[in-house]
Amino acid sequence: MLAAILLGFLFALFLVFTGKFFRGKLAILSALIPAGLFAYFSSFIPQISSGEIIHKTYQWVPAFGVDLSFKLDGLSLLFSLMITGIGFLVFAYTASYLKGHKYLDRFYGYLSLFMAAMLGLVLSDNLISLFVFWELTSISSFFLIGFNNTNPASRKSALTALGITGFGGFSLLAGALLLGSISGTYSISEMLSMKEAIAGSEYYILAVVFIFVAAFTKSAQFPFHFWLPGAMKAPTPVSTYLHSATMVKAGIYLLMRFTPVLGDQEFWNTTLIIVGGITMVYSAIHALFRTDLKGILAYSTISALGILVFLIGLGTKAAFLAAAIFIIVHALYKATLFLVTGIIDHQTGSRDVTKLGGLRKIMMPVAIAGILAAISSGGIPPSVGFLGKELTYEASTHAKNFTIIIVIAIVLTKILLLWAGFVAGIKPFVGKLPEAHKDTKAPGFLMWAPAVILAVLGILFGIFPMLIESALVKPVVSALGADAAEIHLALWHGFNTVLLLSGITIAVGILLYFFLKPSAKLEKGVGKLEFISPENILKKGTHYFGVFSAFWTNVFQNGYLRNYITTIVLFLVALVGYIMAGNSGVIIDHNQLSEVTTYEVAVVVILIAGVFYTVFTKSRLAAVAAMGVVGLAICLIFVFYSAPDLAMTQFSIDTLTVILFVLVLYRLPKYLTLSDYKMRIRDGILSLALGTVVCLLALQVLAEPTNSDVGDFYAKNAYILAHGKNVVNVILVDFRGTDTLMEIAVLTIAAIGVFGLLKLRLKSTDRSQ
Amino acid sequence: MEILLAIIIGVLYAAGIYMMLRRSLVKLIIGIILLGNGANLLIFLLGRITKGAPPIIPEDSKVFLEAYADPVPQALILTAIVISFGLQSFAIILVKRAHKVVKTDDLDEMNATDEDS
Repeated sequence: MLAAILLGFLFALFLVFTGKFFRGKLAILSALIPAGLFAYFSSFIPQISSGEIIHKTYQWVPAFGVDLSFKLDGLSLLFSLMITGIGFLVFAYTASYLKGHKYLDRFYGYLSLFMAAMLGLVLSDNLISLFVFWELTSISSFFLIGFNNTNPASRKSALTALGITGFGGFSLLAGALLLGSISGTYSISEMLSMKEAIAGSEYYILAVVFIFVAAFTKSAQFPFHFWLPGAMKAPTPVSTYLHSATMVKAGIYLLMRFTPVLGDQEFWNTTLIIVGGITMVYSAIHALFRTDLKGILAYSTISALGILVFLIGLGTKAAFLAAAIFIIVHALYKATLFLVTGIIDHQTGSRDVTKLGGLRKIMMPVAIAGILAAISSGGIPPSVGFLGKELTYEASTHAKNFTIIIVIAIVLTKILLLWAGFVAGIKPFVGKLPEAHKDTKAPGFLMWAPAVILAVLGILFGIFPMLIESALVKPVVSALGADAAEIHLALWHGFNTVLLLSGITIAVGILLYFFLKPSAKLEKGVGKLEFISPENILKKGTHYFGVFSAFWTNVFQNGYLRNYITTIVLFLVALVGYIMAGNSGVIIDHNQLSEVTTYEVAVVVILIAGVFYTVFTKSRLAAVAAMGVVGLAICLIFVFYSAPDLAMTQFSIDTLTVILFVLVLYRLPKYLTLSDYKMRIRDGILSLALGTVVCLLALQVLAEPTNSDVGDFYAKNAYILAHGKNVVNVILVDFRGTDTLMEIAVLTIAAIGVFGLLKLRLKSTDRSQ
Repeated sequence: MEILLAIIIGVLYAAGIYMMLRRSLVKLIIGIILLGNGANLLIFLLGRITKGAPPIIPEDSKVFLEAYADPVPQALILTAIVISFGLQSFAIILVKRAHKVVKTDDLDEMNATDEDS
């Protein structure tokens, strides 16, 4: 099974090196990969339909509980077959659609990358590997949407899609980690047995929200839906494959996969019903106002995804059954409609539905495919769409709460979807052929055959539902945690409410088709409301976020050193001061303090006087000299308190610094007073605050007990191990010899720097000055 | 004496930061030096000060027989003094060089990266 998933990745890699052979006539050969995979996964149908679940585990990062573990049950089988089956048709179709394209090989590379990632996604049983594959689908979708990379609109749409789905991926990772920490495992199968514990956890809601955000962004649910219409900038095979049949259903897959783990809870069900309900109605209405065929299809796809979310939310067995059927129905008819649209676009160069008509005279097979798909999409018997619609109504009329509202919403959606399907599948083929398209050429076999195959399957499954009943549908329902034993699919259910609703839907939908024609006027009218759309709000938000970031950066990164220092010092004083104010004040144990002698007081007075003189003198030379005095006073303190080495070092370094300063001083300008009185007062207060805080901090630390284990170790072993009697020296040159070596290296670098600066001739700048 | 030392440290920190907040480059370097001295003294004080007992093992013995000052803070400070000298000398020469090139000692006039501004 690992090989089956890796095959797509390997092929993509293979294309990198051998791409040029696949640009020409050999392109069609790449369709063999999905075809072979389709056959491979089909061979599992008997096993799965008899209730078996196939597990395969390969270790990956066992230390983190991350395995490449795969699980093939009804749900993943259905998705795998869709991915490889539709993949096969799309690969074949592309060979003709993008014939002779300069980057055809690249396109196939992205497609097979996507196919492999998507297979990995639906087969993963480990949440972390599922996340990895999830991200890979987003990335390949990004490349495919932006395939026409010379078009700015394409690039922008690709970025939007990546941004939205990437955000969802982030949320999925958060949800995965949260679920992992609740349940102690990343294996979804193992989580199944911990349903109660997960639902009872205090983080349940948070985990569900993360999973929801991931699913809603991927499956284009309101208010994240807007990336999908933008994604229609991609070549039509991509729209067919990723943005209607497979990738956008990854969110649906995720929800279904987690239904047995997280589902059957008030929060889960209600949220899904509301979000799915809003999405399906909102975007079905939106579809009415489009004139671009792909725009209509995009919005009706979002609406269909909304129906699926809504059905999962209903959470009954009937709803799961309806969802399982509807996934198949939608994949078949929507893929057909996209392929048909692609053919029309390819042959006539137009996708404007108001300007198309009568194309049946030129491309009869395509017209048949379009009309069959429209029938299935409208849920007209005997198509499988009718079956799907009946089951959806069946599930909706048995909803637990707000049944009336739910039924009205779903019927309205279905009416609008019937209209959308008819406009996309029938309208371009009936009526008069416009003058502009008289010379349109008929499409090749490779183009129309995939569309016809899918459309015919849509009708065939409707007439003979037993073909998919036990092979696909029942295992899906049982994978969702419901008992699938008594399911029996049939077109005819007898006279009941559901049939009545179906009748209403079909009648009103067809009437609507005859009376409401898509027009540019309508599209323009609704465009005026664009400013309150989620897309626009997000765009504005992004814009203002950028403005805010620029402002924020300018406040803190303003290029003035003293402002940086001020910020740091203010923060330090506030933080440490706050903590110290909370403590009970500084305790000083006078018994522990060492005595003060007169000469020490003298040194302290000299030191403080030196500091003040350094700060306030107007002369640079005096400041440097006073600084030298300060250094020597410190030197004396070291002498008094048993640190002869420090005293020697301090003495020599202090002297050297003063000499160096004096040497370069005469080249420097006068010691100007640049800041005004107010500023000096402000800085003075800030400095004093810091000084006080540090002083109090030192006193407070002195009250704490100390630990001198390290010092004792060195003292004890200085002579025994290192044969030296001056412990400080022994530490520096022996115990911590490597550190001293590094220090020497630092000094060497500084010396080289100094030398370089002194000898460097800045020719251009020197001359210009 | 500890209290006096703590006050000295406070004064050195305050003076160091005050000088660093000035616009003059020379004052900036003086500020850094004062702050460095303050930090060294802080480490010295927090390692507990001991009078008249340097961490040097007596001639005739292999180990300490009496109390001795903790050698670890001293080793740290010694390193710090030397390293800060590296920094100071580099900074002093850099200031000299920068002044030669841009003809200013004012930090506010040096904050642009482009040569023309």
